[in-house]
Amino acid sequence: MTNTKGRFGIYGGQYIPETLMNAVIELEAAYEYYKNDPEFQTELSTLFNEYAGRPSRLYYAEKMTKDLNGAKIYLKREDLNHTGAHKINNVLGQALLAKKMGKTRLIAETGAGQHGVATATAAALMGMQCVVFMGEEDTKRQALNVYRMRLLGAEVIPVKTGTATLKDAVSEAMREWTSRIDDTHYCLGSVMGPHPFPTIVRDFQAVISREIKEQMLQKEGRLPDVVLACVGGGSNAIGSFYHFIDDAQVRLIGCEAAGRGVDTFETAATVNTGRVGIFHGMKSYFCQDDFGQIAPVYSISAGLDYPGIGPEHAWLNDIGRAEYVPVTDEEAVCAFEYLAKTEGIIPAIESAHAVAHALKIAPELSKDQLMVITISGRGDKDCAAIARYRGEDLHE
Amino acid sequence: MNKIASAFANGKAFIPFITCGDPDLETTKACIREMVRNGADLIELGIPFSDPTAEGPVIQGANIRALASGTTTSKIFEMVTELRREISTPMVFMTYANVVFAYGAERFLTACEQVGIDGLILPDLPYEEKDEFLPVCREHHVALISLIAPTSAGRIATIAREAEGFIYLVSSLGVTGTRSEITTDLSSIMKVIRENTSIPCAIGFGISTPEQAAKMAGLSDGAIVGSAIIKILAQYGSESPKYVGEFVKKMKMGVRC
Repeated sequence: MTNTKGRFGIYGGQYIPETLMNAVIELEAAYEYYKNDPEFQTELSTLFNEYAGRPSRLYYAEKMTKDLNGAKIYLKREDLNHTGAHKINNVLGQALLAKKMGKTRLIAETGAGQHGVATATAAALMGMQCVVFMGEEDTKRQALNVYRMRLLGAEVIPVKTGTATLKDAVSEAMREWTSRIDDTHYCLGSVMGPHPFPTIVRDFQAVISREIKEQMLQKEGRLPDVVLACVGGGSNAIGSFYHFIDDAQVRLIGCEAAGRGVDTFETAATVNTGRVGIFHGMKSYFCQDDFGQIAPVYSISAGLDYPGIGPEHAWLNDIGRAEYVPVTDEEAVCAFEYLAKTEGIIPAIESAHAVAHALKIAPELSKDQLMVITISGRGDKDCAAIARYRGEDLHE
Repeated sequence: MNKIASAFANGKAFIPFITCGDPDLETTKACIREMVRNGADLIELGIPFSDPTAEGPVIQGANIRALASGTTTSKIFEMVTELRREISTPMVFMTYANVVFAYGAERFLTACEQVGIDGLILPDLPYEEKDEFLPVCREHHVALISLIAPTSAGRIATIAREAEGFIYLVSSLGVTGTRSEITTDLSSIMKVIRENTSIPCAIGFGISTPEQAAKMAGLSDGAIVGSAIIKILAQYGSESPKYVGEFVKKMKMGVRC
């Protein structure tokens, strides 16, 4: 069994073309240096607090708690961050790192467009060039975010290959990186890809669980009993879980996009329907056929519509430290509408997957149990698509 | 002498690539026969993958067409079995790590040995990860081919020293595809390779004309050509074999000049 760099159990690694090896080695060295550099950390904290609006609120969802009549529910409001999602945490970290490394150009993939918008934002702020690869299908589902990226000065390249969704955008960004490495940093948006990305992205997103822990101790004097987050690649989930991994009493639940159901082919529930494989630079779980061909996955959520999952999640699943549950389109849409009507909060359709599972399990928990749901992003971008799902055509 | 070494034993080698099953395996078989007849020294057979991240648009297209025609790893092994009854030219597979992993490394390499595949090129398996498959490759006498890129500074000697079969030197940054000009300083990379290994080295990526092939083979031990052949397949489909044969003949003359 191989035991190379960046492993979580058997998962992770660096399965990439030779052309990129020196680039990831250089990135790893820079990260190892700057993560212990007080000046870098101070700059990043300032960006988090003054620019992105951290810490994000841990909000007691009183109406939802009363309505479900079970666990006491808190919402971690990553949707209130600048640009409207948790993606900015990772992007500010990587953009600052890239700048220190002397890079002048950021490239990124995006699914729902949130990571693309965050990257375009950081590039504008730091005076860097930005090119975002986005599946053509997703540019249609998330037209507003395409406009936002262009407004921020980024070039958006629609990717037409394969299923024209997130996995194809990742492939195209990797191809672009192999052709232009000197001045370009690939600002990967999730805890996936080759080492050191799963570690770097996790560390920048871990601010979520660090804050949840502090805020919960302040509000309730103890740790939560359960933490829920949606999982595509898994960046907001690992961010929400990370500082609780050693607290065995805290249940960690990742909510995967089941699309039209795990018993159909129109699903993106990687842990529940996939097998171990090697793709996009990492060993992890992937939706694939018997010959290792990557499956054309489906979810209503462009941000969870990915056939793999970050290697640390695969490992947390195998060792039983976190649970990964499937949530269908229909359940997620109902939760999207529920949170809007109950709490006056419109969550991203991605985050609605976590809300949907909370709706199932909160009533079964006792009233003295504490639940945290990470609302990874805001749902404005999804309104047109959800309206369409409900048979209504909006003209924006 | 192993079979791969024999491909480089009679002067510079010409190494054509073809994606198996594009547009179907019968055409692939006919193209391989034409390649052999027209002087190919070693043949690189691509096993299609749904998401070939090291390929440009031309070979991506071949992968899509091959999978659409129902090509699988098992059917490719059957095809090679049939070809081996008449063809002794060395053959290597080019595919992605997941294709081997999903089939089962032991099962895949056992089959390679049985059907007579001499080497394996996996563009997403760098030096750091080669132990994933290297022990099984060795057990079944299949050379796991190492790639060296224009960005391999500081790594060339290490990779070259442990390389088996032949070294695949990537001519340019980026993905596969034809290029009007190759600007990398390949001779200084070749110098480091030569200082560290005696196994042959062939250059690939971006070569489409006999002149380019001659130049690249002049710097190394051979030229690998993929996208230019796949373009013929994309244009002529099942009528491709004779055009592929003519192209290989022309390119082979280039490398032998």
